[in-house]
Amino acid sequence: MSNIREINPELKNKLDTASGPQYWRSLQEIAGSEEFQEYLHREFPENASEWIDPVSRRNFLKIMGASLALAGLTACTKQPEEKIVPYVRQPEELIPGRPLFYATAMTIGGYANGLLMENQMGRPIKAEGNPDHPASLGATDVFGQASILSMYDPDRSQSTTNIGNISSWTEFFQILNLRMKIEKQRPSPGSGFRLLTETITSPSLANQIRELLKTLPGAKWHQYESLNRDNAMEGARLAFGEPVETLYKLDQADVVLSLDADFMSHNPGHLRYIRDFISRRKVRSGADNSKMSRLYVLESTPSITGAVSDHRLPLRSTHILEFAKAIAAGLGIGGSSTYSHPWVAPLVRDLQAHKGASIVIAGEYQPPELHAIAHAINGALGNNGKTVIYTDPVAAEVVNQQNSLRQLITDMHSGTVDTLVILGGNPVYNAPSDFNVADALSKVSLRIHLSMDHNETSNLCHWHIPETHFLESWGDARAFDGTVSLIQPLIAPLYEGSKSAYEIIAALNGISATKPHDMVHDYWKSQTSQADFERFWEKALHDGVVPNTASAVKNVTAKTNFTGYTAGPKEDSSFELIVRPDYNTYDGRFANNGWLQELPRPLTKITWDNVALISPTAAKKLELENEDVVELKLNNHAVKAPVWIMPGQAENSVTIHLGYGRKLAGHVGNNVGFNAYQLHTSNSTWNTPGLSVTKVSGHYPLSTTQEHHVMEGRDIVRSHSLEEYLKHPHEKEHEELTSLYPPYEYKGYAWGMAIDLNSCVGCNACVVACVAENNIPVVGKSEVKRGREMHWIRIDRYFEGSMDAPRIHHQPVPCMQCENAPCELVCPVNATNHSSEGLNDMVYNRCVGTRYCSNNCPYKVRRFNFFLYSDLKTPSIQLGRNPDVTVRTRGVMEKCTYCVQRINQARIDSEKEDRKIKDGEIVTACQQACPAEAIVFGDINDKESKVSKLKADQLNYALLEELNTKPRTTYLANVRNLNPEITTKAQNEH
Amino acid sequence: MSTEEYKAEEHPVIEPGYTFGSITEKISSIVLTKKTPLGWFIGFGIAFMLLMGLIFTIGLLLFVGVGIWGIMIPVGWGFDIINFVWWIGIGHAGTLISAILLLLRQEWRTSINRFAEAMTLFAVACAGLYPLLHMGRPWLAYWLFPYPNTMAIWPNFKSPLVWDVFAVSTYATVSAMFWFVGLIPDLATLRDRSTNRVGRIIYGMLAMGWRGSTKHWHRYETAYLLLAGLSTPLVVSVHTIVSFDFAVGIIPGWHATIFPPYFVAGAIYAGFAMVLTLAIPIRAVYGLQDFITMRHLQNMAKIMLATGLLVAYGYMMETFTAWYSGNEYEKFMIWNRMTGPYRNMYWALIFCNVLTPNLLWFPKIRNNTIFLFIISIIVSIGMWLERYVIIVVSLSRDFLPSSWGQYHGSPFDWTMFIGTIGLFLTLLFLFVRVLPMISIFEMRTLLPEAEVKHEGEAS
Repeated sequence: MSNIREINPELKNKLDTASGPQYWRSLQEIAGSEEFQEYLHREFPENASEWIDPVSRRNFLKIMGASLALAGLTACTKQPEEKIVPYVRQPEELIPGRPLFYATAMTIGGYANGLLMENQMGRPIKAEGNPDHPASLGATDVFGQASILSMYDPDRSQSTTNIGNISSWTEFFQILNLRMKIEKQRPSPGSGFRLLTETITSPSLANQIRELLKTLPGAKWHQYESLNRDNAMEGARLAFGEPVETLYKLDQADVVLSLDADFMSHNPGHLRYIRDFISRRKVRSGADNSKMSRLYVLESTPSITGAVSDHRLPLRSTHILEFAKAIAAGLGIGGSSTYSHPWVAPLVRDLQAHKGASIVIAGEYQPPELHAIAHAINGALGNNGKTVIYTDPVAAEVVNQQNSLRQLITDMHSGTVDTLVILGGNPVYNAPSDFNVADALSKVSLRIHLSMDHNETSNLCHWHIPETHFLESWGDARAFDGTVSLIQPLIAPLYEGSKSAYEIIAALNGISATKPHDMVHDYWKSQTSQADFERFWEKALHDGVVPNTASAVKNVTAKTNFTGYTAGPKEDSSFELIVRPDYNTYDGRFANNGWLQELPRPLTKITWDNVALISPTAAKKLELENEDVVELKLNNHAVKAPVWIMPGQAENSVTIHLGYGRKLAGHVGNNVGFNAYQLHTSNSTWNTPGLSVTKVSGHYPLSTTQEHHVMEGRDIVRSHSLEEYLKHPHEKEHEELTSLYPPYEYKGYAWGMAIDLNSCVGCNACVVACVAENNIPVVGKSEVKRGREMHWIRIDRYFEGSMDAPRIHHQPVPCMQCENAPCELVCPVNATNHSSEGLNDMVYNRCVGTRYCSNNCPYKVRRFNFFLYSDLKTPSIQLGRNPDVTVRTRGVMEKCTYCVQRINQARIDSEKEDRKIKDGEIVTACQQACPAEAIVFGDINDKESKVSKLKADQLNYALLEELNTKPRTTYLANVRNLNPEITTKAQNEH
Repeated sequence: MSTEEYKAEEHPVIEPGYTFGSITEKISSIVLTKKTPLGWFIGFGIAFMLLMGLIFTIGLLLFVGVGIWGIMIPVGWGFDIINFVWWIGIGHAGTLISAILLLLRQEWRTSINRFAEAMTLFAVACAGLYPLLHMGRPWLAYWLFPYPNTMAIWPNFKSPLVWDVFAVSTYATVSAMFWFVGLIPDLATLRDRSTNRVGRIIYGMLAMGWRGSTKHWHRYETAYLLLAGLSTPLVVSVHTIVSFDFAVGIIPGWHATIFPPYFVAGAIYAGFAMVLTLAIPIRAVYGLQDFITMRHLQNMAKIMLATGLLVAYGYMMETFTAWYSGNEYEKFMIWNRMTGPYRNMYWALIFCNVLTPNLLWFPKIRNNTIFLFIISIIVSIGMWLERYVIIVVSLSRDFLPSSWGQYHGSPFDWTMFIGTIGLFLTLLFLFVRVLPMISIFEMRTLLPEAEVKHEGEAS
């Protein structure tokens, strides 16, 4: 060990001068220091020679001991060194067992959604929406809820690697620095350097990149992600001559026409749009319900937006443009149209009747021409500035991302690129398959990839740097309306050595140690002229939004000349291929997230797989049944896929979803599904005719959580037309049942819940929120196939009417907390009892697992641990669990508890403060996540509470009420605002 | 053979030509033989192998969990409860023969009651495995018993599963006592006749010091009658309680008031089928046709027919009530049984349980042991199918179509089931080897020499 004293006198100094408790702290410091990390990674023989010296042996053991203890996970949980600002209380008030909430933001596609993260004992365990953030207003989507699991994913990469060997930041920096010096010395500095990122909206990061590019004028910055907004931006260019961001004020719209726009999922503002749109759909006794909005959806494959619509038309994707042109013609713009459909005229009339209060939205995956037409139609309807707002693009640098990547590939092939730094993303997996990124990469001499997992792209790069998760990083980002959120970390990075993009860019500038906090902080200091910047900074961190950063409204006019706008060949006899992102894996980045893989996809209820969706008519024609295998061939690219018959699918459209078939996603995501990217090429990206579908031999088992899709004439989801409702405003849904027994009197609180079926869009946020809140285990594909999925709340999806154009209903079903619970009667050991507040309590410790309660439950909301499903071994998974909720073992029944842990917490707080629990103080996890505010929970003994008012509404009814279970969870019937001019058999109500 | 010769009155309860001694000798020699027949070893070997399958499955079940079976949501009970009910039902015949036929002074019970009661005990043993092992946490099964505990909590007396605990444990204990008490004089006989030292000691201990004195006999008769009286209501009550497992539930297909009598009838039906399945080979292999005569087989066949008709009536009433009620869920339940994914099971059930026993109207069939054997097996299968249809089909499709799901027995469901058959057969083989399978002292009372002044008194 004499070497160590010579080589690293600082290390020696630290070791020798420390003593007692300080000693251990300094060891930690030493182990964490860069020099030591580098020392560790050098060859072993150096240490071996030191055994002879007894003193140095002791030193050796001290150092080795420290490193062994600290290898891998660094410390337990450590607050970041910099000051992070909690939402509610100061950090000094950290009380064990009480959560603290911090505001931050999650970006997807670059766009931010504000989050409030619940921190327990220094660990983030639950994501909630930030009520002050314009993009969410307190709601979250499935990705926000599942982000916790992504952070604690044991398959995350934990160390810097160099061609598969563990290396260190120091070594990486050395190599990079040398390379960048060479780059700077070129005649055109940086001409061999390329930077590839995904969409960046972060002002500070964009600024840092621009500063870097100033020093490297020959370098280029490319952006690419597969789910980019090229269509929208090109459409804006066509219509306005420049790219603009289009925002919709759905709460101001009386009529909405969606042209293949699943705006409730695939749109940067989707959470806000759900809230706004649904706010115009809440039908209540005593309110002016004639103001209810009307939604028309034209789409080729069913979406959740389509399910909520009043009128849905399954239409071949490539015909939607023609339809739009016909609408435009009806409104007198864009020339004449030869396309005819019985819906065109009524739609035109309805839109015209609501000028300035209507919206026409073009889908993200429809060609730019359709977007341009939609802009023109909105302009003609006077919606511009009222319900449709245009702003400058939110992305820091707007490029046509497909062209950007294409340019990069060309440069790579021509040998111009020597150094390529890829920040995040996975272009080897998700770029258009004809680009053949893997091949192009091989022409680059130094490839560097920063990402959270060692994925397909990292595999082909020389250097892989582990990326910090957004919950571990500083940053900033912009929401769909331009509002800036600061991203603050909830926890120091789990894996020492994880870096963020800031550090990579700084390294490219020759700085090896950066503090991202400082980068963001200093950037904003330079941007604001605030006198007291620190106060401004703290408030922005506290609130989760930077005030007054929303984009200004732009005044633009759409051109109305549609010459040359066509979607391609106008034949409709061949199959067309529809490629769409998956609701759960997005573009594939969430493939390793068990919560998302196991989450039943909204309309198919399939888990753990992607499929080829086909219409019932086409299936009959090709003699296909579910789980048959077909080969899909398009322009010399072919892929095999299992078939799923999708009611409501356009007749000759076949839909496949991206984000599957990955080989290097991790234990959970590997080899799940087939890789749809093989059919996703640069000239047939989203909707392409000329697909050949051939049945091949084989049977592919698929696991769904719902096997039966019709209500069988049973009175489960009640649905009325608005007309019917307005005619009989006082007719009650709910029938009173007589009983021999006097009703039990609940004194004190009586918890109840009302779920508005007119609000639920089926987005699944509540399901993942419940999983995150209640430590619900993931059971895997084969167990789901057996019928053993563990979700405490499920969303039932029913088709009604003709299977070619059905009405689609969504119904969230949590535990009904029945007052006359059939389950309580039959449990032999009293493991399920009724509390004095009306909850059906499930006592895990007492349950012996006879399953009689589940058999006797008519709603089938109880879930059983047939095996030990909970992972009790993986440390990072244990960190992410909610400590307020028991982790269940094998043989025990579980079910929704109305988030009893939250009820108890509120009761404790109220008793300490000697007051009653206020209405709205207790928010169940499902309620909190819901963007549509469909779930309302509260005290039904309080007649003024929101839930009591909803239960008094005449649309209120209980599911299976004739069984006299007296459920505390009731539903508000669905109402659809039908256009009397459009009546098809499929749209009839019962 | 002519019709006259088939008349039951023509068949004696015991063939003529026997003495007290020869009866004793014939029956006890099967037990006391020095040389165990090879056939016994082969049969026992096979049964034991199946038992090993059971042990393995139980081990895996305890180690890994109840998920190795095919149960799921919504069908939380599958083979586990089907087999439980099937085995318990089978046991009822033994008790009926032992207890009810005793009280009704039916002489023909004599040669079959010993092994029928043994069959009951072994069936209850097999049945009892299931309520214990079907639990998610079987090591806590004792919580179903009302014992004073530190948690200050009783089991839920409103739950049919707790009633089951009382019913089945009562049944097991009373049956065991009844059987054992019935064995005492025969154990004494074996003690006295055994030439093997170990045998003498064991039989001696078990015989409880029986000397056959008048006082012994007097007390014995009283005890026997009392136990018969205790056991008689069990024939009706145990399966009634078991039927409450379903009738108390709200699921269509379960929630039916006809269940108690229907289940009891079904139990007796299945039980007699099993007694026939056992009696026919045993009498053939061990040459006991003189003791278990065609009269016994015919009577049992007639009881099977009668109870089979009761069961058929039960099916009919279920169907009628479902239609008559007008309740959409009830109507769908019956429709689903007949035309849904499990319709094959349902129609097989109708064939096995409703059509097949009607063959027993014909004396020619009743008198043919091969036919009787085949029919008894078909009825056993039919009764298993009945429980399958009631449990699985009703659960798989109940109120909310979104919850509908299909259950299929997993390989371990089968290994467990076949394993319990192995357990049953193992116990039976052991029984046949070491205990007199026919009640020796009771057989002696059938001889004309044994008649006493008071007619009809049992022995």
